[in-house]
Amino acid sequence: MSRILILGAGISGHTVTRYLNKWIGKQHEIVVVSPNAKWNWIPSNIWVGVGQMTEEQVTFDLAQLYNKIGVRFLQAKALSMNPEGNSESATPFVTVEYTHPSKVGEQESISYDFLVNATGPKLNFGATEGLGPEHGHTVSVCTASHALEANIKLQASIDAMRAGKHQTMVVGTGHGMCTCQGAAFEYIYNVDHVLREAGVRDKARIVWLSNEYELGDFGMGGVHIKRGGYVTNGKTFAESLMVERGIEWITRAHVKKVEAGKIHYEILDGSFHEQEFDFSMLIPPFAGVGLKAFDKAGEDITSKIFAPNGFMKVDADYTPRPYLEWSAKDWPRTYQTPTYRNIFAVGIAFAPPHMISKPMQSANGTPINPTAPRTGMPSAAMAKAVAMSIRDMLNGAEKPTHTASMAEMGAACVASTGSNFFTGTAATMTVYPVVPDFEKYPDYGRDIDLTFGEIGLAGHWMKYLLHHAFIYQAKMKPGWSVLPD
Amino acid sequence: MPGKITNREPYQQAYYPPSPTGLTRYMRTSLIWQAFRFLVINLKILKLMAKSHH
Repeated sequence: MSRILILGAGISGHTVTRYLNKWIGKQHEIVVVSPNAKWNWIPSNIWVGVGQMTEEQVTFDLAQLYNKIGVRFLQAKALSMNPEGNSESATPFVTVEYTHPSKVGEQESISYDFLVNATGPKLNFGATEGLGPEHGHTVSVCTASHALEANIKLQASIDAMRAGKHQTMVVGTGHGMCTCQGAAFEYIYNVDHVLREAGVRDKARIVWLSNEYELGDFGMGGVHIKRGGYVTNGKTFAESLMVERGIEWITRAHVKKVEAGKIHYEILDGSFHEQEFDFSMLIPPFAGVGLKAFDKAGEDITSKIFAPNGFMKVDADYTPRPYLEWSAKDWPRTYQTPTYRNIFAVGIAFAPPHMISKPMQSANGTPINPTAPRTGMPSAAMAKAVAMSIRDMLNGAEKPTHTASMAEMGAACVASTGSNFFTGTAATMTVYPVVPDFEKYPDYGRDIDLTFGEIGLAGHWMKYLLHHAFIYQAKMKPGWSVLPD
Repeated sequence: MPGKITNREPYQQAYYPPSPTGLTRYMRTSLIWQAFRFLVINLKILKLMAKSHH
């Protein structure tokens, strides 16, 4: 019997767990380590953040599910890994520290035969002074509890507007190197929607503030879609929607500091500005969770296994090259680490070879560019491919048997722009492939038939359906494995 | 006291992007049209997913 250790129980980690449990759960032991007691369908946090869903509707208890299906669950955070074992034993292991209230602070070493790093990101609020709900002045929707707090502050702003006060709401990214603009994009439209429903929209100035070069970049260098007899850049539609909803925008911005009621930011031309706010939701930059790695002799090999930003190096081509020499082939396919055949990294935890959007620097040398998104559908696709590879390697395969390159897969993103069964809308966007491949698609880097976008009620129905379908699937209810990931 | 505003400032952020027509806005929440679009979007996503698996 082999032991597969999965670090993380988010979208990618839980997907690996579900499939391995289904395929090999009876013959092998699966152990999941996550500091969080609950699984969270993060895309629906947007609705928690505007008071249209409760925390219970977007989360469920992990221990209960894993007990039921025979997976060993440790509510703990991984601290370090010893992929070659140590001086006493050649068996690789991971050292974890419990976060479960009954054992908080206790450490334990967990040996493994296969390791999947699906730890997701560290929400790096500390990168910008004054950012975030814990030590700063802005709110977040990155976790369900953050979203709850965001809604409390949003409702206070709505009450102030009902009392006749004007409010400035700023939504976007809190650092020049952020990714996940899509979440902020959804949130700003949902804020607009609930303000209209509350009858106070005329009292609010809503401002989008982001590190994108142009609206609609989303860390993917933007997209081109066919519409009205033209192939048009998504920027046009993103700007159109902002104007339609009366939202102003500031792009190419790196937030340097947030004070109570005031955001200090720099833009690409090197100039510095201030933006006052009464309510602000800014996404933090992401970093790796800070796992350390040691070899058999106890030497620190963290820099060999992880990139400087803390994400794990996998089978990507990390050779530094100028933007014009970047290629779809640089992107990883199997997510196996180059040094250890039994270690994989999926979801946000793997180190991308480079960004997708073009790197930009301000006149002062500050990097201001969205980093590569790797959440949602791509996360699940790479997780399933890794689960299949581990299953086959346990059955004798020498190498990973399945691939899921972001340069060979598509992604669908349904971004809510207002939640209501009859009057709600959402922007449905698909891209194929996620990472543009200009060798295959010379004009736009993507298949223009499979890359599309539209706004409408159908998108809201899709978003609502996906919410229920993915939570049903994550709870592993009957027939879950026939649902698409 | 400022005079009555009778013109509109053109060179601003909101001046340039396209605006949806009344028909476009209506179709976004038209139940029949959106039911059809729902099917189309689902088919497109299924096609995209079929091409994505290796």
